[in-house]
Formats: sequence, structure tokens, C-alpha cells
Amino acid sequence: MKKSFLFISCEEAKHICDKRQYAEATTLERIKLALRLSWCRITRAYSSKNNKLTEALQKAEVSYLRNDERSKLQQQFEEELAKYQ
Amino acid sequence: MTNHKLDPNNWIKLYSDYLFNYTISRVNNREIAQDLVSETFLAGLKAMKNFKGEATERTWLISILKRKIIDYYRKINSKKGQAEVRMSYSNHTDAEGDWLEERVADPFDKTAEDRLENSELGDAIYDCMSKLPEKQAQVFKMKTILGYETETICNELNITASNLWVIIHRARTALADCMEEKWF
Repeated sequence: MKKSFLFISCEEAKHICDKRQYAEATTLERIKLALRLSWCRITRAYSSKNNKLTEALQKAEVSYLRNDERSKLQQQFEEELAKYQ
Repeated sequence: MTNHKLDPNNWIKLYSDYLFNYTISRVNNREIAQDLVSETFLAGLKAMKNFKGEATERTWLISILKRKIIDYYRKINSKKGQAEVRMSYSNHTDAEGDWLEERVADPFDKTAEDRLENSELGDAIYDCMSKLPEKQAQVFKMKTILGYETETICNELNITASNLWVIIHRARTALADCMEEKWF
């Protein structure tokens, strides 16, 4: 029997789960994932961990320098550092 | 006891993100946070001869940064009078309601306990991120924390979208495992 087009592999499910953390999964992908989650323990475990990580990142409000900001900082610092070396 | 040493050549690479994250959670302004971090590194250079090696480099830099943040607040407090005169009610001319309550009430206000917990959580995330391979950390930061579009990251780093998602997957798995040990 031909597998339903809604059937996805565990790897594909994890990929959709990752995309979902960034709100980039399509409706069809979300349905496929929901179906997989209903019976696959491994996908469920991965999804739960992944969701927890997203929640933690949002709660902690971690901030990092953008590349241009870091370059500016680096340049300023290197100019000063040169005086000490 | 370990005698720690200073290596300013690696300061930006190793500590700029950590110091920036520490600062922005306290001053809420990217530009001011960058200035304070920059001043901290420069003050660190000047004070290198005073380093006794009792604390780690990071702890030592944080202690300088804390002073810089306190100085910053002292400075703006001394300008408080001027700031109050300049403060206007709202930029939205059609805004309705009790302006004082709208100004004072902050629905996102956090208690001191929340702040402490979030700051410890931030430290745990930062430590886990610092264990990621450089490329994974870079892609993950750009996508997750800085919120860049997939296309922008792919163009900037010259990778394909599938490469990006593989890297993101690896980074998320490693981070989730690390956070499981440290936090969850």
C-alpha cells in the first residue's frame, strides 16, 4: 500500500519542529508534524526539548552583538591595544 | 590556587557577547551597552598591572563593567532634572486614557526574583552556547537571537538553506542537551 503523503520520517519531523520554533513551518508541515507526534515517541521527546529551549531563550532574553557592532568594538579596542604592545 | 593570567588579544572574541548581554539586561539600550562594554575593555587594558590573578579574566572584567554601569546610572541621575522637563506624554496624538497610570504601570515589569532567575538562566544559556563549535554558534546566534532572515544568513555566510537548517538542528540539539544538564 502506498504511504500517505502525510507520512513523514523522524528526521523530517525534527526538521519541521526546528522550523516551527521560528514560525517558519507551513500549515501542511504543521499537520504532518502533529500526526507524527501522535504516535512517535522519539519525535515527541525531541519536540518537547526543542520547545523548552525556545521558552528558555525567550525568558532569558539573551542578547548578542551583531557582526557590525562586534567589528566596531574590535576596531576601537585594537587601536587602543596597539598602544600597549 | 590557580593564578589566572590576562590575554587582551582574546577579550573581544571570548567576552564581548557575555559582557554585552550582562549590560543590556541592565541598561536596555544597545548603543549605551556597546559603549559601556567598550569602556570596560579599555579600562581593563589600563588596569592590567593591578590584576593579581586571583579571579578569572571574565570575573575581573565583569567587576570593571559593574563599576561602569554604576557610573552610568550616577551620571544620568545627576541629569534627572533636565530629563524630566524634556519628557513628553506620548507621541501618539490620538492616545486616550489616564496618562499617569499608562506611564507608570508596566505590564512587563519584573520582580527582583524574576530578574535574578532570568539572569542565571541567561548565564546558563551563554555557557552552553560557548561550548558550540564556532560555525554552529554563529549561525544559531544570527538566526535565533539576532533574528536575521534565513536568506540574509545564507548570503552572508555563503551557505544553502538546507545547510543552515542542518547547522541549526545540530546547535539546538547540543544546546538542549547542555541545558538539560544545567537548568531544566
